[in-house]
Amino acid sequence: MSDTHAQSVPFVRESFIPEAPPPETDTGVVAWLRKNLFSTWAYALLTIAALYVIYVILAGVLPWLLNGVWNADSIQQCREILAGERGGCFAVLTERWNQLLFGFSYPTEAYWRPTLAFALLFVAAAPVLFTSVPRILLVATLLYPFAAYWLLWGGTILAPLVGLLGVIGGYLVYRRLIDRSFAYGLLGGIVAAAAIMWLGGFVVADQPRFLSLLPVQSRDMGGFMLNMLLGVICVSLSLPIGILLALGRQSSLPIIKWICVVFIEFVRGVPLITLLFVANVVLAYFLPPGTTFDLILRVIIMITMFASAYIAEVIRGGLAALPRGQYEAADSLGLDYAQAMRLVILPQALKISIPGIVNVAVGLFKDTTLVSIISMFDLVGMIRGPILASTDWGGVYWELFGFAALLFFVVCYGISQYSQWLERRLATDHR
Amino acid sequence: MTMTDDAATARNRLSVSDEIAIEIVNMNKWYGTFHVLRDIDLTVMRGERIVICGPSGSGKSTLIRCINALEEHQKGRITVDGTVLSSDLKNIDRIRSEVGMCFQHFNLFPHLTILENCTLAPIWVRKTPKREAEETAMHFLTKVKIPEQADKYPGQLSGGQQQRVAIARSLCMKPRIMLFDEPTSALDPEMIKEVLDTMIELAEEGMTMICVTHEMGFARQVANRVIFMDQGQIVEQNEPEEFFRNPQSDRTKLFLSQILGH
Repeated sequence: MSDTHAQSVPFVRESFIPEAPPPETDTGVVAWLRKNLFSTWAYALLTIAALYVIYVILAGVLPWLLNGVWNADSIQQCREILAGERGGCFAVLTERWNQLLFGFSYPTEAYWRPTLAFALLFVAAAPVLFTSVPRILLVATLLYPFAAYWLLWGGTILAPLVGLLGVIGGYLVYRRLIDRSFAYGLLGGIVAAAAIMWLGGFVVADQPRFLSLLPVQSRDMGGFMLNMLLGVICVSLSLPIGILLALGRQSSLPIIKWICVVFIEFVRGVPLITLLFVANVVLAYFLPPGTTFDLILRVIIMITMFASAYIAEVIRGGLAALPRGQYEAADSLGLDYAQAMRLVILPQALKISIPGIVNVAVGLFKDTTLVSIISMFDLVGMIRGPILASTDWGGVYWELFGFAALLFFVVCYGISQYSQWLERRLATDHR
Repeated sequence: MTMTDDAATARNRLSVSDEIAIEIVNMNKWYGTFHVLRDIDLTVMRGERIVICGPSGSGKSTLIRCINALEEHQKGRITVDGTVLSSDLKNIDRIRSEVGMCFQHFNLFPHLTILENCTLAPIWVRKTPKREAEETAMHFLTKVKIPEQADKYPGQLSGGQQQRVAIARSLCMKPRIMLFDEPTSALDPEMIKEVLDTMIELAEEGMTMICVTHEMGFARQVANRVIFMDQGQIVEQNEPEEFFRNPQSDRTKLFLSQILGH
C-alpha cells in the first residue's frame, strides 16, 4: 500500500495500530536531566554554576542551624558553649519564648487565654473558609469575636455578652424593618443595637465581678499575639467594608459615590505609618478631654481604613471585569439590587479579585509590625526593644529576626496556599 | 407556494386575544443628545408574536430593552400588563419578573450550574420553595430538551444549548411576555435551528413574544406582524406575507433586498 496515493486510490484502514510506549531516550531520569538541565553547553554551565551557589549557601547556613545552641542564659554563655565554632544562638528563642509570643507584661498565669483564643480561631474560621464544614459551626464563628475578646482582655463575661445581645437585637430589628426599606432596616438595627449596649453598660458597671477573668489592659498586649490580633481583626473587617466601598463607588447616587471616592483616594494617598501616628497622638486632640479611647482600637480603625481602601480598589477591578450582560440578566429576572449583587455580581467579582485581596491581606498582616514604631510591643517591637536592648541578648540579630520572618512566612504562605486552593475550587468557567 | 400556505395555516392556529399586553405611546429616548427612539407607538395584544427587524443602530434592541426598563425612556408612556413603567424600583422589579428576556450573548451566570441558573430568580424573587423551583426548572429544561445538562456549568455547554438554557431560565419565572434580543445572532448555523425550534414551540403555546431577529423564515412561520425600524422610528409594519411580498417604503425594499438577496 505504501506506493499508493490517497488522492488517486480510495483507501480504507483495515487494521488499527496498537498503542506503543515512547522511545527510551525520551523517558527516565537521564532523559529528564538532559532535556531540562544540560540541553546545551550554555545551560550545562549555568546548571553547574547554580549548583555551586546552592552549595555555598548551604555550607554557610546548615552548620549555623544544626550546630545551634538551644540552652543558654545569655549570648556570652552561647559563645562559651560554641567555643569559636560556627553556630546560632537559638537559646534566646527558648528563653524569651513567652515574651516573643505574648509581650513582656501580659500576666504569666493568663497565657492559656490567648493560646485558647488562637486554637478557637481555627474552629471559628473553618466554616467560613471551607464550605464542606457543617453550617452549624457558623454559630461558633458568630460567638468567636465575643469569646476571644473575653479571653484576651478578661474582665466580666457580661461585657461581651451585652455586645452579643446588642448585635442579635439589632439584627432582629433589621429583619423586622427590612420589608419596609433597606434604610429603615439598617437605621433601626443600629439604633436597637446601640440602645441594648447602652443599657447593658449599666449592668456591666454594676456587676464587674460576675464570672470575671483577670482583666488585662490593651497596653499589656504584645508579641506575636498582637500581630495576630491586629491581622485577624483588620482583615475580617476590611473585606466587608472594602466591598461596600467598591459598590458605593459604582453607585448612581452622587453623594454616596463621592464619599466613597474621596475616602478611597485620600486613604490610599497617605502612608500607613502616618495614619498610625495619627491614631497614636493626633486622634486624642479630636476627642473630648477625659475620654479614654483604647490605643489598640484606634490602631485597628486606622489599619482597617487603610486596608479597606485597597480592597475596595481590588474589588472594583473585579466588578469592572464582569460583562454588563451579567447585570442586565440579573435585572431582567427581577432580582433587586441587593439580590443581584449578592447572588450574581459579587460571587463572580470576588472570585476574580481573590489574588488581589490575598495580596492586600498578606501585606496588611505584615504591616501590623509597623505598630512597633508607635511604641507598641508586637513581635518586632519586642525584638527591637526589650530583647535586643537587654545585656543578656544584645547582638542576637539573625536568630531573632529569622524567627520573626519564619512566623510571618508560615502564616502568609498558608493564606496564599488557601487562596490558590479556593481559586481552583471556584473555577467553573472552563476556559 | 405550498410553503407559504403551510406557514399561513401554522400562524392561523395561533390565536390572539383582544387583551392588551404592552402599550407604548409616543415614546422617545435619547442617549445624551442622540435621539435613538422617536415617537414610538406600538400596541401588542396578548398572544401576539412580533418580529422587529432593521439595520444595526436602528434602535430595535433599545426599544425592547425599554419595555423591561433595562433602558430608561425620557418621554412617552409604556404600559406592561396594565402597569405603567415608572422610575419606582418596586414597580420595575415587578414588571421585570413578569417579562422574560433572552439576550444575544445568553448572559447565563457562569458561577452557577444550569439548574441553579434556572432556580435563582424563582427562589429569591418569587419565594418559591427550593424543591418546587427545581421541579419547575427540570420541567422547562426538559421542554428545551437539555434536562441531562442540569448539573453542568454554562461554560461546558455549546452556544445553542446555552441559549436554550437562557430561555428555560426566563420561563421558570412563568412570564406572560417574552422578549428576544437577537437570540440567534451569536450562534453557529447548525445551532440556530435548535433555538428557533424552541421559540416556535413557545409561540405555538400562545406566549406573547417580541423578537428582534433577522431570521426571516422564523418571521414568516410564527409572526403576526413584522416591524421594520430605521433611524429610531417604526418605518413599516405589516403581516409577514405582505411585508415580504409587497414592502411599501423604499428603505424596507432596500433592506429586504440586502438580507434576502443572497
